[in-house]
Amino acid sequence: MEKVVVIKNEKGFHIRPVGEFVKKANEFKSKVYIECKGRRVNARSVMALMSLGVKKDSEISIIVEDEGTDAADALKVLSELIESGFGEL
Amino acid sequence: MLKGTNASPGIAIGKALLVENIEFHIERFSIEDTELEEKKLLAGIEKSRNELRVVRDKALINLGEDKAKIFDAHLLILEDPELIDATINVIKDEKVNSEYAFSQVIDMFVQIFETMDDEYMRERSADIKDVSDRVLRNILGIKYVDLSYLEDTVILVVHDLTPSDTATMDKLKVAGFLTDIGGRTSHTTIMARSLEIPAVVGLKDITVKVCDGDFIVFNGATGEVIINPDDETIEYYEKLKEEYLRQKNELKLYIGRETVTPDGKHIELAGNIGTINDIEGLLKNDSQGVGLYRTEFLYMEKDNYPTEEEQFEAYKKVVIALGQKPVVIRTLDIGGDKELPYLNLEKEMNPFLGYRAIRICLDRKDMFKTQLRALLRASVYGNLKIMFPMISSLHELLEAKELLEEAKRELDTAQTLYSSNIEIGIMIEVPAAAIISDILAKHVDFFSIGTNDLIQYTCAVDRMNEKINRLYNQFNPAVLRLIKLVIDNAHREGKWVGMCGEAAGDKRMIPILLGMGLDEFSMSPISILNARKIICSTKYEEAKIIAQKVLKLETDGEIEKYLKELYPSQEVVIKN
Repeated sequence: MEKVVVIKNEKGFHIRPVGEFVKKANEFKSKVYIECKGRRVNARSVMALMSLGVKKDSEISIIVEDEGTDAADALKVLSELIESGFGEL
Repeated sequence: MLKGTNASPGIAIGKALLVENIEFHIERFSIEDTELEEKKLLAGIEKSRNELRVVRDKALINLGEDKAKIFDAHLLILEDPELIDATINVIKDEKVNSEYAFSQVIDMFVQIFETMDDEYMRERSADIKDVSDRVLRNILGIKYVDLSYLEDTVILVVHDLTPSDTATMDKLKVAGFLTDIGGRTSHTTIMARSLEIPAVVGLKDITVKVCDGDFIVFNGATGEVIINPDDETIEYYEKLKEEYLRQKNELKLYIGRETVTPDGKHIELAGNIGTINDIEGLLKNDSQGVGLYRTEFLYMEKDNYPTEEEQFEAYKKVVIALGQKPVVIRTLDIGGDKELPYLNLEKEMNPFLGYRAIRICLDRKDMFKTQLRALLRASVYGNLKIMFPMISSLHELLEAKELLEEAKRELDTAQTLYSSNIEIGIMIEVPAAAIISDILAKHVDFFSIGTNDLIQYTCAVDRMNEKINRLYNQFNPAVLRLIKLVIDNAHREGKWVGMCGEAAGDKRMIPILLGMGLDEFSMSPISILNARKIICSTKYEEAKIIAQKVLKLETDGEIEKYLKELYPSQEVVIKN
């Protein structure tokens, strides 16, 4: 399953929010990916996520592949985290 | 004696701790036992993680949650499956040593960041380098100075400080910083000022000139550094330090006090700032507003014009941070000694007399109106005032005001709000403007006297030319007469006058300016409390007499002699 969200942080998806995102993604059993401008990367990798260079107001897709049973949960929690702007708004 | 950029005031005396930047020479070896290399890699990463956890915990205590989260992200880099898997793959596929494999993978990521067109993202390669150097050091077993466990009090001598250095260092044991690189807005400077640790930066090769354990004294307010001084010099610096600490403590008493003379004249005491980072120091020193916000830094930190949106956000932040206190924002003042590469300006014979400041803005109207719209939009968030630099004729002022009206009409069309009663002022820094200040005063709400340029233009003295330094003097009677003229002309039209040049924070100048009737003094935030102390202890009626007397003297030498008799003590330590 998949959801498109918009990065709201002023400095884009930079190191601090990426860190928080990975931390949260690690809590789920399901595989999580982020896709941006045609590139898909492992959402557990800080380096890969930062290498996407996602700027403010860019759309990204959160893609969850269910290995456990927590895919729906993961998608909900992770997209809410991004939409909240990681407490930087 | 060495001289660098005065980054953070205070006197430091102590032994140097030279923190050398160990250049890693990562070599490529062919190896057979790839499993052993994998183990070395994982052990290096594990050790780095343990170190970073300590860093994170210290940062949480010393720098707060926000900064600590950056180190959380650093820790996650060390758990990064892509990074670790890719490194192990390189070890196995190429049969190479672990440090080489790791540095290869890191370089690949760093290259991606460095090619991004986003400045912020590009800078993040510094975070990654910080983390990867730690891992490489640990794989190679290289010892390094752990700043979080210092035995003795030291003066740190370092090429530059990294964020993790400043986060973990044992601040009670650090008497000061000296660095090779950096300027007034670099990380080290900002940290030193917020931690109130004396610092001199940009000394170019201090890490070469100083040996570990050398004795050093330095003055963070003047940028002067002496290596292995004689006993007499040490004694002198010890006295300076004592005096500095005494003054600093005494000045704290002036936080929260009104700036008012003993006979009841109220004065506005404001600060000069260049970026949002200066706000902390401004508020800590209890400034009553911003008397000069230099917007050129917004333009200088970029490699292209800042957008209206970027400028709006920057102005808004400053205005909001100041609540209802006034914020005087000066429109772009570029040219002269301040260059802006993307403007593609031609080299000039006399840049200070050339194409600069408002002259450029009136010529490049779109660029100027972008800034004006951003300013207007930010005005609804507080008490914003707009100030035009380098005005030398009424014509320029009227043209600038007309462009402001155009910007307003553009916002009206877009139905965007702006404050309806924004005060408009000009810098008085060209003698021509001072002389016709009676005319200009009719068309503005305020003046702000920029003494640095006013002195240079009035006396025809290039302030960068050391050979004629002696002629650059704020007590030149011609300069003082112009200042008096400007104040009188403004008051006749019922307008207020401020000063945002260095002279406004000068302790000998303050009583004279007060006596001339200056309404607002704006200076480096660090000088504010000292200025308040002087104003609170100088009667306005007495200041008037001092000003009258000074205006009758015939040379700067006579004026300085008179002031020396008036204020015999020489305390220059606090001034920055």
